[in-house]
Amino acid sequence: MALYQPDTIRIRSKFYSNDIVVTRQDSANATISLSPTEPDQDSTYKLKRNVEKGVADSGMNVLFLVAISIPLVRSMGRFINIKERLPFWNKLYSRFWILGMVYYLGMIILGLQHTKADDFYVLLVLGLMIAVLALVRDYRPARTLLLGLGPLAVAKGSELLLHAISPATLNFYREGFSSAQGFSVLWLIVFAFVARSHKRQAEAERLEREAAALEKRRIEAQNAILEQMVTERTTSLTRQTEELRETLEELRITQDQLIQSEKMASLGELTAGIAHEIQNPLNFVTNFADVSTELLSELREKQQKRTTLDAELEEELLTDLEQNLSKITHHGHRAASIVRGMLEHSRASTGERLPTDLNLLADEYLRLAYHGLRAKNKTFNATLLTDFAPDLPLIEAVGPDVGRVLLNLFTNAFYAVQKRREQLPAQPDYVPTVSVRTRALPEGGVEIRVRDNGTGIPEAARQKIFQPFFTTKPAGEGTGLGLSLSYDIITKGHNGTLSLETEEGQGTEFIIELPD
Amino acid sequence: MNILVVDDELDVRALFEQRFRREIRGGQLRFAFAHSGEEALDYLHQHASELVLILSDINMPGMSGLELLSRIRQEYPTPPPPAPPRVMMLTAYADETSRQQALELGASDFLTKPVDFAALKQKLLQLAAQDDNTYENENSGS
Repeated sequence: MALYQPDTIRIRSKFYSNDIVVTRQDSANATISLSPTEPDQDSTYKLKRNVEKGVADSGMNVLFLVAISIPLVRSMGRFINIKERLPFWNKLYSRFWILGMVYYLGMIILGLQHTKADDFYVLLVLGLMIAVLALVRDYRPARTLLLGLGPLAVAKGSELLLHAISPATLNFYREGFSSAQGFSVLWLIVFAFVARSHKRQAEAERLEREAAALEKRRIEAQNAILEQMVTERTTSLTRQTEELRETLEELRITQDQLIQSEKMASLGELTAGIAHEIQNPLNFVTNFADVSTELLSELREKQQKRTTLDAELEEELLTDLEQNLSKITHHGHRAASIVRGMLEHSRASTGERLPTDLNLLADEYLRLAYHGLRAKNKTFNATLLTDFAPDLPLIEAVGPDVGRVLLNLFTNAFYAVQKRREQLPAQPDYVPTVSVRTRALPEGGVEIRVRDNGTGIPEAARQKIFQPFFTTKPAGEGTGLGLSLSYDIITKGHNGTLSLETEEGQGTEFIIELPD
Repeated sequence: MNILVVDDELDVRALFEQRFRREIRGGQLRFAFAHSGEEALDYLHQHASELVLILSDINMPGMSGLELLSRIRQEYPTPPPPAPPRVMMLTAYADETSRQQALELGASDFLTKPVDFAALKQKLLQLAAQDDNTYENENSGS
């Protein structure tokens, strides 16, 4: 093989010096350069033969490049955080040094020597980097770095391409390529800085985002906690509401039961009085029936004997019989009406308002109350005064309810006079008196006044007298519901009023006013 | 014998008049009626000398039978003659305290309602007989 067959001889002056460089390149890409050995000397050129050296150096260059490419590649990997962004690629990427070593060792073992082996390796590395960056191009610093690497890759690539196609042209433009490469490296450095700042920016943004996300999560967590608390609170409130509702229901039932038992209690107090009230008419019934039997037997006797037909006597007996029968009917009705009253009193009120004769009602309950107390306390006695207005209009009222009110007032009145009697045993001229007076009100409606000359009500008790469960009676004697129920019956049930006038030690008067 | 019956029940009159029909007709018993303690006192004031027996209910509105009894005992203390009227109490509340109270106040008897008229008749006739005797004794003695 003919060495150094002239192929191209290029004489160029370097723009940055006055040197004249004479380069000759042969077909084997070996270059022979003539360059000034001593810059000061103008004319002495030494012919350098670097062809062999260049080829021999390529192994060393590659080794050097492999050595510096490894940390570079690694740092870029770190820069774009390949571990997280491309976990699969990372495995290959992080084993890049193996590729480098293989490249180098392959070259050594196969004895491949080429002046452009180093450049090819650089292109390989660049290609790898670009490929990786392209994969993470969504990441802005990666994009910037890609842009930075682009020119260098293009320069290297085109250099190698040109070298393969037309080494002479390359040789001709060697300086241009060299400059382009210098610029592209500069460009790369600049873009590397830009990428770094972008990364910082992105990092800051990421941190901001993360902080925001963290804040959001915190708020969400807080919201969740709040939500949970609200749910819990709601649940507990619902439960409480439910409990309260149940309690209220229980209370309502208890109240109903109390009202019923209050009625029964007052009925119990009255039982003896009622029994007495029934006994009187029943006695009359039996007595008149007895007498009538006697009269009849007397009549029959006279008829059988037919001795003396005393028409006058016969007439008298018959009249008496007739009269007795009507008396039996009368007292039978009387007993029946008392029983009916008792039943009405014990029965749950239907609440039906009917025209009611309050005189009759007051009279009936006055007697019941009096006899009830009498049955409990045999020595008790009181004067009952009634002053019933004869022209009293009928009032639409719930009879049994108003009866209960009257019964309460009478019972209280008797209790008060009894107390006064007990307090003043040394006053023989004290006459316990309970009176009831009715009158039609000029503006319509009816007034019932129940008066006693008992102990009166002390100032302290006056305010509370209509409150439920307030009682001045000893435990077990009064429920404390009587007056409160009475107040409700008159005011709520009948739109009336219940008021009182009292003077301690003188007596009390309760005034019921019922409208038409 | 004059008897005053005190009861707030008006039909007591009809009942007594029929129960003692024969006795009234025979002139052994004469009945007068009062419907309250006050009425009874009024009657008593007018017919004090004639009246031998008062049959009084205890449980009446106004003046009770026991009050009436004590008033009679106050106004007509024990002899000198004419002897004060006897007072028999009649009540539906036949308990021991009332009975004691009545007897302490000077009631001559304590009967419970419902009245056993057969027993009452016997008692009244017995008293009437006694009364007649004392009357006769008084007459013969004078």
